[in-house]
Amino acid sequence: MKKETWRELTIGTINLNAGNSVVNLTGTWRSGRKPEFRPEHCIHCFFCWLYCPHFAIKVEGEKIAGINYDYCTGCGLCAEECPTKEKAIVMVPEEIKLAERRK
Amino acid sequence: MAAVRLKDLAKMEDRLVAGHGMCLGCGIPIIFKVILRATEDPLIVTCATGCLEVCTTIFPRTAWNVTWIHSAFENAAATAAGIEAMYRALRNKGKIPRDKKIKILAIGGDGATYDIGLQALSGAVERGHDFVYVCYDNNVYANTGGQRSSATPLGASATTAPAGSTSPGKLQPRKDLTRIMAAHKIPYVAQASPNKWLDLYNKAKKAFEIEGPAFLNVLCPCPTEWKYEESQGIKLAQLANDTCVWPLYEVEKGQFKINYQPKQKLPVTEWLKSQGRFRHLFKEENAWMIDLIQEQVDRDWEELNKLAALK
Repeated sequence: MKKETWRELTIGTINLNAGNSVVNLTGTWRSGRKPEFRPEHCIHCFFCWLYCPHFAIKVEGEKIAGINYDYCTGCGLCAEECPTKEKAIVMVPEEIKLAERRK
Repeated sequence: MAAVRLKDLAKMEDRLVAGHGMCLGCGIPIIFKVILRATEDPLIVTCATGCLEVCTTIFPRTAWNVTWIHSAFENAAATAAGIEAMYRALRNKGKIPRDKKIKILAIGGDGATYDIGLQALSGAVERGHDFVYVCYDNNVYANTGGQRSSATPLGASATTAPAGSTSPGKLQPRKDLTRIMAAHKIPYVAQASPNKWLDLYNKAKKAFEIEGPAFLNVLCPCPTEWKYEESQGIKLAQLANDTCVWPLYEVEKGQFKINYQPKQKLPVTEWLKSQGRFRHLFKEENAWMIDLIQEQVDRDWEELNKLAALK
């Protein structure tokens, strides 16, 4: 990602691009485990959507559609709060490949 | 009030978006995911210095999808008061249509609210400015490395009140800010936590709709400074409700109302043993501290019940 220099920045540190933080992919510092979505168990209660601090739960209409690994930091709140007997989100270990993530 | 479903909330536009730098398992984005959906009117937000502010607005990026103004540590409420005065002036001059409603939200952590910004907050609500102030209370200056604040509970270990061989952690009780705000006799004051999302949503909605100042104090689990496993945040908030360490209540026009009565009030040790910041309390020599904490929690809960019984 190319960094802006002072020439490109707005005067007075005014930011005119609301919500431009989406370019920061917080998934790059995931914890070494990641959630795995198992749609067959999902009752679409939306608790995972609610309790995800990094806005990483994909929603399509009224259904949970999966996990956005670009932003997921692997905290495990979604799996912990998943209320179904057979969890629809399970945390699985993930091998950290730093070199690959930097791309 | 029509039933609110999470599915419907999820369809609303995100006013705080992804790409912010808050910790794994942080409670703050969860709280504001709910609160920012409690009004459909245009929103102007100002944040006091704190975790939320520095993590969402690292220049030249911002995670805010609404008009947002930076405040220093002490003056988020004063900034909000200024915005509100400006809004009223422009409306009176006809530059903003009279029927166009704009909501103003000031946000601070417990450091900015309980300690540094208390004077500005007290002044702004006393003057009756029509705005909502939300304090996300994680009991500590988490952003600067875990210094004690006046919201840090009795017995917790913080970097400037460390537990060790001569000290059992913080020696002073937590300041009860919600009650202090209620003492201002403003239209609406409430205490909430993210595990009861509907309660939080309803309180935020009420705060936005009521004319005049409103104050919300929201418990915010902090894995970094409370020292617990990141996935446990929401369970911990529930534990805080069930042990009555953090009761859910609101004060509307002076009337106290308890919103959640635990089926069975749990002993405070359940709460203390769940977090690393209280670990030292379970040493033999610190047992008196646990008794003292239990005593204070019981007393506060009893007092709150008495207040709620007053009509």
